[in-house]
Amino acid sequence: MAMSAYMRRYTIRMLAFGAAYAVTLVGAIMIMKQPWAPTGVPLYLLAVLPALPVIGMIWTIMRLAVETEDEYQRHLFGRQVLVATGLTLSLATIWGFLEDSDLVAVLPSYHVTVVWLAMFGIAGCFVRWRA
Amino acid sequence: MKNRLKVLRAERDWSQSDLAGRLGVSRQSVNAIETGKYDPSLPLAFRIADVFGLSIEAIFSKE
Repeated sequence: MAMSAYMRRYTIRMLAFGAAYAVTLVGAIMIMKQPWAPTGVPLYLLAVLPALPVIGMIWTIMRLAVETEDEYQRHLFGRQVLVATGLTLSLATIWGFLEDSDLVAVLPSYHVTVVWLAMFGIAGCFVRWRA
Repeated sequence: MKNRLKVLRAERDWSQSDLAGRLGVSRQSVNAIETGKYDPSLPLAFRIADVFGLSIEAIFSKE
């Protein structure tokens, strides 16, 4: 079955941002370990660099809602986002209370995005299986 | 909402994919509408009516 134009754009963008994330993450870590590693504002910019492709992935997912030409697929996508967001917020809330009680490690907040992306994938299987 | 999509398709010997192609939507969309899992928007309902050459009321009805 041929891939629709909007799904092709989505796949290309996700692959591009995924590759950019890998490059910027590894690059930033390697640079920070060097004796000549930047300090001050450049260090802030370097630290934030891997976040930009992740924001690009979020933008790509949101663009799918706009670019999907098929209204039923858009409907399923909306449900997928709602399920992913609900699961992620629930997990983040549970984890936060466990952190407050010193029962689990304190995690960097960007893990929320990673968990949301994972939940988005799981929700996609669930929503389309029930569709 | 009930609909007569399956009957109307059968009368024309169209598969779900045939109808989906004429409507410019996915086959899953046609299947979801046909089985009552999804109610189409008004613009899509008008497109469906146009494809079959019928009025919306002749295809869709209240439960």
